[in-house]
Amino acid sequence: MEAFLHQVLSGLATGGIYAIVALALVMIYQATHLVNFAQGEMAMFSTYLAWTMIDAGLPYWGAFAGTVALSFALGIAIERIVIRPVGNAPVLAVVIVFIGLLVILNSVAGWIYTYTIKSFPSPFPGGSVLGGYLSRHELGVMGVTLGVLLLLFLFFRFTPLGLAMRAAAQNPVSSRLVGIRVGWMLALGWGLAAAIGAVAGMMVAPIVFLDPNMMAGILLYGFAGALLGGIDNPAGAVAGGLAVGVLENLSGAYLVGTELKLTVALVLIVGVLVVRPSGLFGRVLVNRV
Amino acid sequence: MTAILEVSGLVAGYGAAPVLHGLDFAVPQGGVATILGANGAGKTTTLRAVSGLIRPAGEIRFAGERIDRLSTEDIARRGIAHVPDGRGTFVHLSVEENLRLGAYTRRDPAGVARDFERVFALFPVLQERRRQQAGTLSGGEQQMLAISRALMLRPRLLLMDEPSFGLAPLIVREIFRIMRAINAEEGVAILLVEQNAGLALELASQAYLLETGRVVVAGSADALGADDAVRRSYLGY
Repeated sequence: MEAFLHQVLSGLATGGIYAIVALALVMIYQATHLVNFAQGEMAMFSTYLAWTMIDAGLPYWGAFAGTVALSFALGIAIERIVIRPVGNAPVLAVVIVFIGLLVILNSVAGWIYTYTIKSFPSPFPGGSVLGGYLSRHELGVMGVTLGVLLLLFLFFRFTPLGLAMRAAAQNPVSSRLVGIRVGWMLALGWGLAAAIGAVAGMMVAPIVFLDPNMMAGILLYGFAGALLGGIDNPAGAVAGGLAVGVLENLSGAYLVGTELKLTVALVLIVGVLVVRPSGLFGRVLVNRV
Repeated sequence: MTAILEVSGLVAGYGAAPVLHGLDFAVPQGGVATILGANGAGKTTTLRAVSGLIRPAGEIRFAGERIDRLSTEDIARRGIAHVPDGRGTFVHLSVEENLRLGAYTRRDPAGVARDFERVFALFPVLQERRRQQAGTLSGGEQQMLAISRALMLRPRLLLMDEPSFGLAPLIVREIFRIMRAINAEEGVAILLVEQNAGLALELASQAYLLETGRVVVAGSADALGADDAVRRSYLGY
């Protein structure tokens, strides 16, 4: 029983990271109805930026804030320079651009920083809490997840810009008719996704260590979480991410073993798409034809 | 008579085939003009060209300034509010959020607050339902919301695309009464596109009859109402 509880709690902690990645995916999905396959590599690249700043002697939270801000700007730049020109292209073309972005970011990171694994500091002290069930880093990750979710909720619910972003995602034509610059709202969505992804990268790097491929598996889990919770619903995506973390841990411990854990994510993705494509909390799209 | 909107030689369409073949029309300052015509005549396309949703050729002037090369966002910001066909409701947002979006470009919170009061006075049902998801409103209520959202922009010109479409006659009467009030009391000019020619001609001073992308009859609303061809084809008596 104690081992079970331990698995659940640490599952919630890793789930927190998946939840942040899922949130980042939702940001872009809501506006474009596309899954940004490069999201993981964007987060990885941001984490390297943070590593560079820390390596140059910046205090952790200074580097954290700097990375989030810089990632936000880079996300906007990617949308403006790379995504904008394919705005009217068929879906498959855009997906290819996403994959190209993934490969480019991965290779450039490897080229600049080499593929040698680096350690990345945690802002939280070592040791464990709750009678040894959770490390302080894991607890910190949970706190950061909830903090990100809360900030996003406040932004989308209570600011005019947040409202405009929701409007632009739902009904671009009506949004333009009331004077909202829909193109910039999309860019802003990319900026937010990049910034949120940067947080995920910095939270996961102390656990998995920093290397150009560190986000590959995590993106899959995050994607599974977003799908499970409903990829158009930020709160659902967080719930889905946490659930995937727990599920992954439990099935790793009791069912399939650690080698097959990633398969759980894939099974979940296929399962959700077959049984309930809108996810647990997603909006069911009904088209009148 | 000075015109707030002057359109000349308007050509527009979707893809290669133009729908409009060189329209000339104008909306008087503080007045009401209407464009009548059957389905497919190009009425909706005309409004879409004015608000920049499709890229037109020809010349469109708003308050003297050329707007035919501006983006939709910038045209809206100059004071043209477009109530589109299908009403353009943000169905997943609340009634109040829909109205707040109407005032998105404004930077005068006090004026916006006053305009909330104003549209709630015009349409009390919207105040009752301000927290309700807009997609759950009835068709008539959504039309009221669309007009209100447009008014929140504080427009100088209102483009109305078939406000009577799909609504019960009583509600249509009510909506036309309120359009008349908006025009008379606040001097908002209106360009009205309608299939209900009788009602439109009552409201408008200028009228244009559109057939397959061309203006075939133009003149005062009274003259068009008395025109035999118009009466037979569009008024049914």
